[in-house]
Amino acid sequence: MIMMRLMGLIRKEAYEIVRDPSSIAIAFILPLALLFIFGYGVSLDARDIPIAVVVDHPTTLTASFVGELQCSPWFHPTSYPSEARAEQAVMDGHAAAIVWLRSDFTRLALSSSHAPIHVIVNGVDANQARIIENYVNGAWLAWLKQRAVIQGMRLSAPVAAEARVWFNPAMRSRDYLVPGLIAIIMTLIGALLTALVVAREWERGTMEGIMVTPAGKMELLLGKLIPYFVLGMGGMLFSTIMAVFLFRVPLRGSIAVLIACSSLFLLTALGMGLLISILARSQFVAGMVAIVATFLPAFILSGFLFDIHSMPRVVQLLTHVIAARYFVGILQTVFLAGDIRTIIVSNCLGLGILCLLFLGLAIIRFRKRLD
Amino acid sequence: MDAVAVTNLAKSFGSGATRRNALKGISLRLPAGTMTALIGPDGAGKTTMLRTLAGILTPDTGEVSVLGHRLPKEALALQRRIGYMPQHFGLYEDLSVQENLTLFADLHGIARNARDGRFADLLTMTALGPFRKRLAGQLSGGMKQKLGLACTLVHPPELLLLDEASVGVDPISRREIWGIIREQVVTHGITILLSTAYMDEAERCDRVIILHEGEILARGRPAEISAPLEGRSFLFELPENISAAPRTLQSRMAGLPGVIDTVIQANGLRIVMEQPGPPAVPADLGSHGTLKPSPPRLEDAFVSLLYGRVRRHVIAAPRETGASDGTVVIEVHDLYRYFGDFPAVKGVSFSVRKGEIFGLLGANGAGKSTTFRMLCGLLPSSSGTLRVAGLDLRKAPAATRARIGYVSQRFSLYTALSVKQNMEFFASAYGLQNQKKKSRIARALEEFELTAYVATNAGDLPLGYKQRLALACALMHEPDIVFLDEPTSGVDPLARREFWTRLNALAREGTTCLVTTHFLEEAEYCDRLVLMSLGEVLAQGTPSEIKAAVRRPDEPAPGMEDAFISIIEEHERTSRRAS
Repeated sequence: MIMMRLMGLIRKEAYEIVRDPSSIAIAFILPLALLFIFGYGVSLDARDIPIAVVVDHPTTLTASFVGELQCSPWFHPTSYPSEARAEQAVMDGHAAAIVWLRSDFTRLALSSSHAPIHVIVNGVDANQARIIENYVNGAWLAWLKQRAVIQGMRLSAPVAAEARVWFNPAMRSRDYLVPGLIAIIMTLIGALLTALVVAREWERGTMEGIMVTPAGKMELLLGKLIPYFVLGMGGMLFSTIMAVFLFRVPLRGSIAVLIACSSLFLLTALGMGLLISILARSQFVAGMVAIVATFLPAFILSGFLFDIHSMPRVVQLLTHVIAARYFVGILQTVFLAGDIRTIIVSNCLGLGILCLLFLGLAIIRFRKRLD
Repeated sequence: MDAVAVTNLAKSFGSGATRRNALKGISLRLPAGTMTALIGPDGAGKTTMLRTLAGILTPDTGEVSVLGHRLPKEALALQRRIGYMPQHFGLYEDLSVQENLTLFADLHGIARNARDGRFADLLTMTALGPFRKRLAGQLSGGMKQKLGLACTLVHPPELLLLDEASVGVDPISRREIWGIIREQVVTHGITILLSTAYMDEAERCDRVIILHEGEILARGRPAEISAPLEGRSFLFELPENISAAPRTLQSRMAGLPGVIDTVIQANGLRIVMEQPGPPAVPADLGSHGTLKPSPPRLEDAFVSLLYGRVRRHVIAAPRETGASDGTVVIEVHDLYRYFGDFPAVKGVSFSVRKGEIFGLLGANGAGKSTTFRMLCGLLPSSSGTLRVAGLDLRKAPAATRARIGYVSQRFSLYTALSVKQNMEFFASAYGLQNQKKKSRIARALEEFELTAYVATNAGDLPLGYKQRLALACALMHEPDIVFLDEPTSGVDPLARREFWTRLNALAREGTTCLVTTHFLEEAEYCDRLVLMSLGEVLAQGTPSEIKAAVRRPDEPAPGMEDAFISIIEEHERTSRRAS
């Protein structure tokens, strides 16, 4: 009896998902678009930054410095005849910085050791500005080193920094963005889609009809949870396959841990989705609440795009109630570092508490009643 | 054995200033195996009552026992044994007819081997057999309603609760739905409680309960309720070829002393008096027909019971200015409209004269609203010509648009604005200013008796008042032509009467009124009308012309509904022959 009712509800939900274009858009097309945007489009890497180079008085010395910039993977230099023209290029967005070798550069470099290189950086994007600054310095150091070798001398810098990047040695932002996307996609399916479909049942009046049947509260809830759980896990699998095979993101941890943690997160997201739809009975309100309360925080406050440690203290505290925060942590660890027990356990604990809270509230608040 | 026993049931919604008592201490018993109708004006508490008995509303106080189950505690156990069809039965529109039935069979835990027989029965009963595989969202309004009923009957219930099961469906589906309901009582002995806006349906029930503002005004067998009206109901029979329009006679009759209700019906005017005894009909009026006593109907009793409780709306005597002079103001020729491949309107032609009340009648989905939107210039036509006041409204300048008023199906009012604010907005939108605006609003408030509601938000008004406000807003700029799309849908009989009285007055002032409706008896109030079905015009003319066309020896005095049904059946026969 119970199985028959549950299967009936699940079958109904499956038909609706397959036949309703808006479900398909949220469950399949939106995730695909996000994967492509973040996989190919958005990059936080500083590579091939367009810079303007102004050389007032070209000599072999300046040519070798400009050559060093050209060889660098970080820059894409373009020569400008004057500083004013280069400035205009910065204004127009054609260049992010200006490297200016003044007319006395060669003379000073040869006569003394104080030859200034004038660097002007567009500071609007503070992060990129800092990166450019460092990279120009790096290019300059490399150039000096090279000159020293040519002149048969050793450059004697007292201290040399030997940086080594861990977990993402190629420093490809895609490698940490794409795993984080799994959290976003599962939030979309678990919270947004679920909230919308339950609200739709209220709007169309199907909920009222279904309430006055022998189907109990738990059956009605499971009838929603199970299909969207399967759909969400499908989204997870799909994103993982895309990440590993298309975007070549390493998967260093185990698949079992990935599945277990994803299930826990998905249940939390479903709990939020159900809770929203119980409180908001119109699709419009449910959609807005779901976007503001689940999707946007997952995007901004989860550490998916912006590092939590560099947020203000208050905001950092706030991120603790955002389920995606824990899941993004887990995902980035499992993909880039491996099954690191301490990180995974502590994050799962946070997720578990939120999961119990949201699912529990949804179960308590859901009633077979209109009032 | 009582199937339902309710003692002192009270239920309210909201809190504080907005608290509204939907039910105020109701006590009632329904004997098993009987069929009871719940009737009453809008907001009487009918839906609240049915929902409470279905176990989905918790009563504030009182005891409710349904089939021996105490509510709200034993709701789940009760829900195994009842069938409940909400007002807008939500079918899963992305599921086919068969899949919807299967879902409800699954939910009721019907064994697989017992299903096929039941499904076959239900599909035959509802005539939905050929549409098993069609998605519910693509069914017509009548078919949806029948499928909804089939879903509630998948598991034979012991008690059936129906909330306006036949509202807004075409007359053929309405007859079919009523037949199915009737059969449940006769052959299966099911107890039925239904709410309805159709008095003829209520009259066919074993018992009737009249609710008003959460209280029971009357209960008993229909004949018992209408018994006190003996000697107060009259029929003013009109000859077939009458000289005056029935609606002009009606408005004069309504003004006679002691008359509390007048209705235009198939063969004349029905008149209900406050006291026993015939109305004093003036000679010039009396010459138009013959006055006869008539056996009272439930509807007479309903109106007389509510008369005095609901304020009587006196409408100022209209100024007889530019009545119909025969000028054609709206002309539609061979109009088509496609939505994708689907033809919503197919070759519609008609013309409307100044000062006429012109009706577009038909069931939901007949193409009435689509035609309307094209007339108002809200929707382009696929082909054909249409001219309103000599112009195509889609291309016409704003000045021409200002000559029309439009009341949309859902009364597009601003729900968060007060009555006055809505009026002010519409007045400004039509370019009324200063003193003119002030005086128009003051007049509208008085004319439509909205003074008591000036500060109430439009969203909180009872439906009948919303309808009034919508009409008041549409008439703010005194247009030459008013378009009214389903203005009486879901509105109770009293509000509908009042609406037609107002329209009558407007037409007499020379305003041309175009009205769509799915209440076929309202056709009698129109000067001329077109009957539409599935996008086509099946018949047009005056109400008596349309009825005369279907008069047969076995059906000497057909009502508009009979006419509609036989016209549709005839149309189906010919179209089948053609194909």
